[in-house]
Amino acid sequence: MSQEQIDRLIKKEYAAGFVSNIESETLPPGLDENVIRFISGKKNEPEWMLEWRLKAYRAWLEMEEPEWAHVAYEKTDYQAVSYYSAPKSMADKPKSLDEVDPELLETYNKLGIPLHEQEMLAGVAVDAVFDSVSVATTFRSKLKEAGVIFCSISEAIQEYPELVKKYLGSVVPQKDNFFAALNSAVFSDGSFVYIPKGVRCPMELSTYFRINESNTGQFERTLIVADEGSHVSYLEGCTAPMRDENQLHAAVVELVALDNANIKYSTVQNWYPGDSEGKGGIYNFVTKRGIAHDHARISWTQVETGSAVTWKYPSCVLKGDHSVGEFYSVALTNNCQQADTGTKMIHLGKNTRSTIISKGISAGRSSNAYRGLVRMNPGAEGARNYTQCDSLLIGDTCAAHTFPYIESKNPSAIIEHEATTSKVSDDQLYLCQQRGIDVEKAVSMIVNGFCKEVFKELPMEFAVEAGKLLEVSLEGSVG
Amino acid sequence: MLTIDSLNAEVEDKAILKGLSLEVKPGEVHAIMGPNGAGKSTLGHVLSGREGYEVTGGRVDFHGKDLLDLETEERAREGLFLAFQYPVEIPGVSNMEFLKAAVDAVREHRGLEALDAVNFMKKAREACKAVNLKQDFLKRGVNEGFSGGEKKRNEIMQMMLLEPSLAILDETDSGLDIDALQVVADGVNALRSPERSFIVVTHYQRLLNYIEPDYVHVLADGRIVKSGDKSLALELEEKGYAWLEDEVNG
Repeated sequence: MSQEQIDRLIKKEYAAGFVSNIESETLPPGLDENVIRFISGKKNEPEWMLEWRLKAYRAWLEMEEPEWAHVAYEKTDYQAVSYYSAPKSMADKPKSLDEVDPELLETYNKLGIPLHEQEMLAGVAVDAVFDSVSVATTFRSKLKEAGVIFCSISEAIQEYPELVKKYLGSVVPQKDNFFAALNSAVFSDGSFVYIPKGVRCPMELSTYFRINESNTGQFERTLIVADEGSHVSYLEGCTAPMRDENQLHAAVVELVALDNANIKYSTVQNWYPGDSEGKGGIYNFVTKRGIAHDHARISWTQVETGSAVTWKYPSCVLKGDHSVGEFYSVALTNNCQQADTGTKMIHLGKNTRSTIISKGISAGRSSNAYRGLVRMNPGAEGARNYTQCDSLLIGDTCAAHTFPYIESKNPSAIIEHEATTSKVSDDQLYLCQQRGIDVEKAVSMIVNGFCKEVFKELPMEFAVEAGKLLEVSLEGSVG
Repeated sequence: MLTIDSLNAEVEDKAILKGLSLEVKPGEVHAIMGPNGAGKSTLGHVLSGREGYEVTGGRVDFHGKDLLDLETEERAREGLFLAFQYPVEIPGVSNMEFLKAAVDAVREHRGLEALDAVNFMKKAREACKAVNLKQDFLKRGVNEGFSGGEKKRNEIMQMMLLEPSLAILDETDSGLDIDALQVVADGVNALRSPERSFIVVTHYQRLLNYIEPDYVHVLADGRIVKSGDKSLALELEEKGYAWLEDEVNG
């Protein structure tokens, strides 16, 4: 491949990197109890919620930012971040989409997520979070018929306080870790889902996160409760404008799958990764965890292509007997991106099963680490885990690491771990080119082939999106 | 169709081709023989545009175009096909997907409509059958876990689907048993036509019993030192290459 070709490929840009010109109400940078009171007050939260936040904040003050991950970055100055930003037009809560600022709707249109129901992909309900607030939740009435609750978390605190009180923090406690504690103190919005007993959610649910303001952090909180015997499939997507400074995204997602429930949570993460020199980009420090009760199943599928630094381990606590946990991941890093991602499977119940399929792709000068824990507790009689962890290297300046942790305290438990590392070779690319296939297409074919096992776990329309996203993220990776 | 004029090329700063000239007309089959290290495989890679193969002099005209000016994939789309001596594996990419991408790219370049899935499948199955590979090879990763002979047959299958105007076979006979050799030769012979030409690079005369060449050239020290008809191959088989070197140097 000629230098000219390489240069041409590298010049392609992050397509979601535009800034929307929307007037915002943004809190000045800084964090203290007053900021938390402000956020809570802004949302008319009940006293218990404010207390919950303050408890988290006080715990956070005592905590240290974790340093064990295989990433190097300049730490955030938490007093220089603004903890609340909302489009001004949202101040008097629009009643319907017609009242939402057209510029805001245009932003989502540009991203390919039209909120107007008539334009929507059939069968996908979307909750869109812009900076700190939820903009719109579509298809609400249809969901209501099925008894499904799908709304912003702020709304849920008002409308369904009993459910929120019962489950918020039940999977990821306030003091769980540094970023989770920060999130618990300052989270401004996010999505809430409740699927009643025995109900199969009639459509895919989806949340779209967008950071627009500069110097703001985004701290959304998602809580999904699937009552006994219910089913739900949920997808989140994320983008942010291109900026020179790093921005913090510290989200918490909690999943509760009660007996015989089934939750499938898919993520396509495309936060701005910084430029090719490593300037700017999102710090994606996220805590995601689910609890599976008897015979329940929780499945995490993630396609991670964005962010400057990723620190993320979607996990399953297999509490109930015969519960199942799954983690399917594609993590791609290019240029100067760093990712330390993986999962934790905590087997508590009898005959619990977990599957981990992780595909890491490193290109450019990036570093991609898989970190996974499989723990079989003494009660995990007959539990099984299968882990497959593959790395694909493109070029010779990138790095791939694997850190598997395996702890078994039950002699009847079976744990399998397989790992491979391979490289896209010049010979493979040459063979493709000699058959008339250009390098870009060849790399995307090879990478897609590598990720096949994960892509087939994604809902159909998102599998296509994920494939395209990989293609874009890989541009300029071959040299 | 192909005119090579005093081609000079080097690999890792070492001169391999030193003023090689060759003219191939439509429909002709040229065999290139020669001792190890003469530059036989290099010729194929230089013509197909492999990275690291530096042209330092000469010209190559292919269908009236300056071949050396084209990117590797453009040369392929223009109708140049190289059957590899050591085909690589591409795990995870199915043969079918790979073939479809290649055929699509080539057809688009030639201004032809893309084949629909049904028609493509039909053609692929036929080609698969013609080289005596089981249909499930289409579903397997490209060359993944194929035996040496299966890889070579897979190369011929690709050639059949891509319908090149010039096919270069780089020691396609090496490592093949008699049956596989017959399959490969049948594949090549079936494609012979007044418009299509072949350059058959080989160590041994054996292959030429199956694929009958119009011309035989001896490549030694980066140049063609002797050309003749198929009887030259028999002579080489009998006497080896040493006498030629004496003849050239003397």
